[in-house]
Amino acid sequence: MSSPTAASDAAPATLALSDGTVVTGTAIGHRGLTGGELCFNTSMTGYQEIMTDPSYYGQLMMMTQPHIGNYGATDEDMEADAPMVAGFIVRDFTRRPSNPQADETLDTFMKRHELVGIAGVDTRALVRHIRSEGVMNAVISSAEQDPSPLVQKARDWPSMAGRELASKVWPEAPYTYCKGDGPRIAVYDFGVKQNILRSFCARGCTVRVVPGHTPLDDVLDWDPDGLFFSNGPGDPRAMPDAIARVGRALKTGRPAFGICLGHQLMSLAQGFDVYKMFVGHRGANHPVKNLDTGRVEVTTQNHGFAVDAESIAPDAARVTHVNLNDDTIEGLEFKRVPGMSLQYHPEASPGPHDSHYHFDRFLEMVAEERGLSLPEAAAEPLTVTA
Amino acid sequence: MPKRTDIETILLIGSGPIVIGQACEFDYSGSQAARALMDEGYRVVLVNSNPATIMTDPLMADKVYLRELTPSSIAQIARKEQPDAVLPTMGGQTGLNVAQDLKESGFWAEEGIEVIGVDIDTVQITEDRQQFRDLMDEIGLDQSRSRTAKSLLEAKEITQELGGLPVVIRPSYTLGGAGGGIVWEADTFESMVTRGLELSPAHQVLIDECLFGWKEYELELLRDPNDNVIIIASIENVTPMGVHTGDSVTVAPQQTLTDKQFQKMRDAAIKAMNSIGTFAGGCNIQFAYEPGTDRMIVIEINPRVSRSSALASKATGYPIAKVASKLAIGYTLDELPNEITGDTSACFEPSLDYVVTKIPRFNFSKFEGVDEELTTQMKAVGEVMAIGRTFNESLQKAWQSLEIGYAGLGADRPDADRSVVRERLKKPYWDNLLHVRHAFRYGASVEEVHDVTQIDPWFLHQIQALVEQENKIRETPLREMEDRFLWEAKRAGFSDEQIAYLVPEDVSDRAVRAHRTERDVTPTYQVVDTCAGEFPAETPYYYSSYETVNESAVTGREKVLILGSGPNRIGQGIEFDYSCVHGVKAAQEMGYEALMLNCNPETVSTDFDVADKLYFEPVFWERVQDVIDLEQPEGVILQLGGQTAIKLGERFEEDGVHIFGTSYSKMDLVEDRGKFTDILKRLEIPSPPYGVAHSVEEAVATSDELGYPTLIRPSYVLGGEGMRIAINRDEVAEYVDNILSIYPDNEILLDRFLEDAIEIDVDAVCDGEEVWITGIMQHIEPAGVHSGDSTAVLPPFSLSEDIQETIRQYTRDLAFELGVLGLLNVQMIVKDGTVYVIEANPRASRTVPFVAKASGIPIPAIATKVMLGETLATFRERGDLESSLTGYAIKEPVFSWDKFPEVPKELGPEMKSTGESIAFVDSLSVEEFEQPYEMKDLYLSR
Repeated sequence: MSSPTAASDAAPATLALSDGTVVTGTAIGHRGLTGGELCFNTSMTGYQEIMTDPSYYGQLMMMTQPHIGNYGATDEDMEADAPMVAGFIVRDFTRRPSNPQADETLDTFMKRHELVGIAGVDTRALVRHIRSEGVMNAVISSAEQDPSPLVQKARDWPSMAGRELASKVWPEAPYTYCKGDGPRIAVYDFGVKQNILRSFCARGCTVRVVPGHTPLDDVLDWDPDGLFFSNGPGDPRAMPDAIARVGRALKTGRPAFGICLGHQLMSLAQGFDVYKMFVGHRGANHPVKNLDTGRVEVTTQNHGFAVDAESIAPDAARVTHVNLNDDTIEGLEFKRVPGMSLQYHPEASPGPHDSHYHFDRFLEMVAEERGLSLPEAAAEPLTVTA
Repeated sequence: MPKRTDIETILLIGSGPIVIGQACEFDYSGSQAARALMDEGYRVVLVNSNPATIMTDPLMADKVYLRELTPSSIAQIARKEQPDAVLPTMGGQTGLNVAQDLKESGFWAEEGIEVIGVDIDTVQITEDRQQFRDLMDEIGLDQSRSRTAKSLLEAKEITQELGGLPVVIRPSYTLGGAGGGIVWEADTFESMVTRGLELSPAHQVLIDECLFGWKEYELELLRDPNDNVIIIASIENVTPMGVHTGDSVTVAPQQTLTDKQFQKMRDAAIKAMNSIGTFAGGCNIQFAYEPGTDRMIVIEINPRVSRSSALASKATGYPIAKVASKLAIGYTLDELPNEITGDTSACFEPSLDYVVTKIPRFNFSKFEGVDEELTTQMKAVGEVMAIGRTFNESLQKAWQSLEIGYAGLGADRPDADRSVVRERLKKPYWDNLLHVRHAFRYGASVEEVHDVTQIDPWFLHQIQALVEQENKIRETPLREMEDRFLWEAKRAGFSDEQIAYLVPEDVSDRAVRAHRTERDVTPTYQVVDTCAGEFPAETPYYYSSYETVNESAVTGREKVLILGSGPNRIGQGIEFDYSCVHGVKAAQEMGYEALMLNCNPETVSTDFDVADKLYFEPVFWERVQDVIDLEQPEGVILQLGGQTAIKLGERFEEDGVHIFGTSYSKMDLVEDRGKFTDILKRLEIPSPPYGVAHSVEEAVATSDELGYPTLIRPSYVLGGEGMRIAINRDEVAEYVDNILSIYPDNEILLDRFLEDAIEIDVDAVCDGEEVWITGIMQHIEPAGVHSGDSTAVLPPFSLSEDIQETIRQYTRDLAFELGVLGLLNVQMIVKDGTVYVIEANPRASRTVPFVAKASGIPIPAIATKVMLGETLATFRERGDLESSLTGYAIKEPVFSWDKFPEVPKELGPEMKSTGESIAFVDSLSVEEFEQPYEMKDLYLSR
């Protein structure tokens, strides 16, 4: 593993926010300019999983844990083929990691994937700034350092609200992820995290992944036992085609499961409203209460939009899970169609494993609806992505 | 589930006297528990024999019993008070053990008292190594290979099976791992095993595979009645496996595990906690991790609040003991609010956007012949915690907090010799990280240092980066230093004193400070908010760093800054925390905004809801002055923080910072033996013949003049550090040489030692107008045994009224002459009808809480109000100064000899006890008096 010295890497970098805030630091990763919506994540571990989570596409990710890069980067920690965040912001960057199993340093990883980043900035002050001012766009530059043009670039950067981004990250063509003795699950990929696929695979399912724009009939031709709508980036309200397709899919009566963006699309398809949050939930410590059992799960969250509780028709769905911090909706069970959805991430990665049971919950629903029995053995992965 | 209504009265068991391995962290937990249960409307009955605790204050519970923690005394109290439930998890292993004894004897069942907070039926599993192993096997958690031996022969066979030495020996059922350790060589194997078998109450030892080089972690968990489990903190030991976690340098949160590795550990922890029965409360689980293989094993579970949970509480802001108590009475986590944010749920896992470093504090110099190598048996007497935005910043702040003369991790004096560095790194010692730094200064590589120390390379790389930064500072003159460069140095925790030492110019720390403040390179204060800034926090709990936004808003109120006493050590411990908590409350009652500054995580005074604002900072001049610059308090209270705080007084006086109470110059006067003797002469108070010396030769000459035996002591020390009684020239030379090697410029004080004399401790408060003698304590042991190690009886048991009046008069004369405003402690000896004064300390003494508990008067609170301008007359008129003591109160010292088997038990002028207990007796024909009386001369040696 190479150990770049601090001196050769101490190139300057600037972070400019659309409200005129400018901070300087040190360049990390690739040299250049990047922009996007500035958001933060409070998870203390799992920086590489976060970096490669397709839901973060187009966002500048700022980690609140001050030391980032401590254990380097590995293939094992990939949630997609490449980093998905648009830029990366840290307080203190570890250039010399410690992990016998690491493949490379995080800096090398970022350089290899041409990801621009900045280190040495007061991340806490920026988190508090966003918390009081709301999310905003920003640019990171390790090329140009003149503040005013950078602020202008941040202002000109397209807003996340009203943007469809899933099509940027879904796969070009359908593929079978794994084959097993269990239910056949069709995954509508809007930017699916690898660990969701691994979770189905571990439970013996045959998993077929299709791009988000795949016509429903093509999917039904494969005769899936269950339909899954994945997480992904962007504003769900800007995806009318997807909403319509999800609506039609729900009407087929095949059991459906949505996570994050998928949950929002299912909700929109049922006529509920979705709004953009002042500050999103991004971290691995959010308490979610299961209203059926009274149990609380510590969950992984990553969303900037949420379903409006007022808009849920009582005969269309019931709330199964709520966030204990701000009472936002975290889980729904649909009444008119067999389906369930979660705003948070039961696949974790990174984060606590408290919510893995939802995959079993869904598969039990599938087994019941389709009259199947669930297998004991895990399925065999066919494509090794990442 | 809401709280239980079928319970009215709860019995809370404390942890008793402070010993190594069980210290004042249990005052923190007991106090939080008592407060939480009282707030919920329960009647709380509390038992603890340790008078120096906050938890035994009358206001902390409905009924407080200062009684010994034995099954019979607890049973007696329980029969009288008829509690519905007993909470034994806040009092360490002592509390748990006594509750278990009473469970086994069937007492709780007989009386219909429910044990809450722990599943008492399963506690034994966590304590019995074999049962614990079986349980972990059952739930599928990996463990080290190991077996229990009941004889030496069996131990030998097992060791052979494990592949030979090294192995770890762990006696079952002992406190703080007493008697355990790694055995490297065959010749120590037999003695270690035999001692372990003897020490274990069950006479069995565990022979464990040696996990040298593995990484060690601790998780702090809470579980509610609904089986919800959350992890409050992850703690990583920088010191690798093999050293007791209480003796290890630790950081929170863990820094070197990937998410997958950490979640695996989290899953295992939850599984393990759920496996030890049905209960709601706190729990601590330790793991070892083998780098490179992902092999992870469970080492230990403590199903109770522990030292680490106190640390985790202060590190995260999450009040573990308080919440654990509420879970024990039926609440579920989702019903409780996060008190830090006020707005979010208590059922979450804190996220930290800073790094916390804990460093243990040792007192090896107290124990001659002690083996300083760190093992699985705890030897530390206290600890400091420091918070920084990065590891390096918190590490340097922690070294500033230790109060052993360091201004950071080295870089403030010449580096140690190469050979010393090599030697010190070979084995785990308390100062390993300092020598790691030296090694990097000498050009060692991370690989080399890792190879020797087994410390994770991540930490080594950080320290190496610190040294690289240090080397750059060495090359940069202060006047040429760019602001950003200086700011980055401060961000890495370098103190002004270190920078002054490092830069090429000859400058003082004050000059560096002036230089940087001119350039606005000043600290910002961040809130410890449990949520990494995600939500607004209401709690005024701050730490300093060099960032861009200061979060500590200064109010327009009048303020008092109270300085704590830093890390616990022998001679300065929990007693000062007791005084600080009262000082804070008293200042608030006088209308001030009370600001607390301290760096000791094992204290009540650093609970976020004690003071109006808490600054968790080193009691180190620069850090204190930074807070003063920001807050501009009306003044500072030094008297309550022991010697630590008083040492800073000189600079405050120079800078015109107001000191409430006795002035610094007067506090300092008593340390100058010449000036103090002049005062005694002027007041016509007898004192033993004395002299001073600055060299061995001078000391011998002076001793010849004074006559033998001679009492030798260095000036400006605490707890009689370095004090010895010499009976001839050789001993004088030896002892003085010893002192001068540790404190080269020290002025040595020599007294003629008066043999077979009675020693007296007097506590008093003076308001400038009158002197209130709060207590006269007569020691059972003869003069020469340090007052902290003596059995003290209040009031005196064999002194005539005339003698007592003389004692009072001398105390009054001294108080006025020294201009005492606040607390005063005077030590005297009585020989042949003459009263001699040997020492006066115009500050809080160790005996303040003892006298307060014995008399039922909140002495430190009254003293604080006196410092702030109240008169004693006001209190006297209200009847507040009336003692409620009938009979005698006896203060018994408690030692931790079992932790230092190689050190002979002997008493002398240097304090060695770690704690104390109190007993109330009506007459002197009781065991509490007679036993120490019979043995009073036994251990006096030197």
